[in-house]
Amino acid sequence: MATTLDKSLNDLIEAKVKELLDQRVESLVEEKLKKEKESRKKRLAIAVVSKGTIETAYAALILATTAAALEMEVGVYFSFFGLNILKKGNQDSLKVVPLGNPAMPVSMPNIVSVLPGMTALATMMMKREIRKKKIATVPELMEIAIESGVKLWPCQMAMDMFNLKKEDLIDGLPDAVGAATFLEFAGDADITLFI
Amino acid sequence: MAGTAKVDQTLDCKGLLCPLPVIRTKQAIDKMSIGQVLEMISTDPGSMADMQAWSKRTGHELIEQRQEDGLFQFYIRKTR
Repeated sequence: MATTLDKSLNDLIEAKVKELLDQRVESLVEEKLKKEKESRKKRLAIAVVSKGTIETAYAALILATTAAALEMEVGVYFSFFGLNILKKGNQDSLKVVPLGNPAMPVSMPNIVSVLPGMTALATMMMKREIRKKKIATVPELMEIAIESGVKLWPCQMAMDMFNLKKEDLIDGLPDAVGAATFLEFAGDADITLFI
Repeated sequence: MAGTAKVDQTLDCKGLLCPLPVIRTKQAIDKMSIGQVLEMISTDPGSMADMQAWSKRTGHELIEQRQEDGLFQFYIRKTR
């Protein structure tokens, strides 16, 4: 009788201890994970794909350089037409395309913006405003981005598609990578953007 | 400036638009020593909110900010 009682008492104590231990371990792990998340840098991942235009470059580079100034870790992946932004000597000659863009400050019907010279005209006007208002230029932002450790990854497949070699792109870039490298980085990102 | 802290360096961001005042501030702070105070002057109204966000994210202390005759002045102490 006494041994049966002892045994069930032992079982009870064992179960209780196990339960308390489990709870304790769980809360410790949770706390540790939370601390780790708080202590690591925030991460921003941007894929620049849709266009290689002046406004695309601005959107990506302003966010990338500002995130770096906020001490975030930043990676920008340039693929398809976005790769155009990284071509050597291209940073000053990116264009804004008025065709199909109803938000241009001087609006014109598509039948007019389709005419030759309209893209050049719109680009010239936008660049004049950029100069006049002392807005950071694309080459300036690119330089700040590289200096502050932003990774500007060229997409290897897009380089092959457009017949570009490493030396066709601006200096200071990391080696061209594939989608897996970007996704591995973006997998731990706090913010992901597609431009 | 108000308070007791003295200014160790002044950064002129007058005429610059977003994101340059924030980026120039970060570049200047990086070159300073812990405890030193940076005065940043800008004409960009957006920098009022942006500098608070920058301070919150980086942990560098925004001691004071004020607005006077279209100028925005910020006093930032480097904390680490």
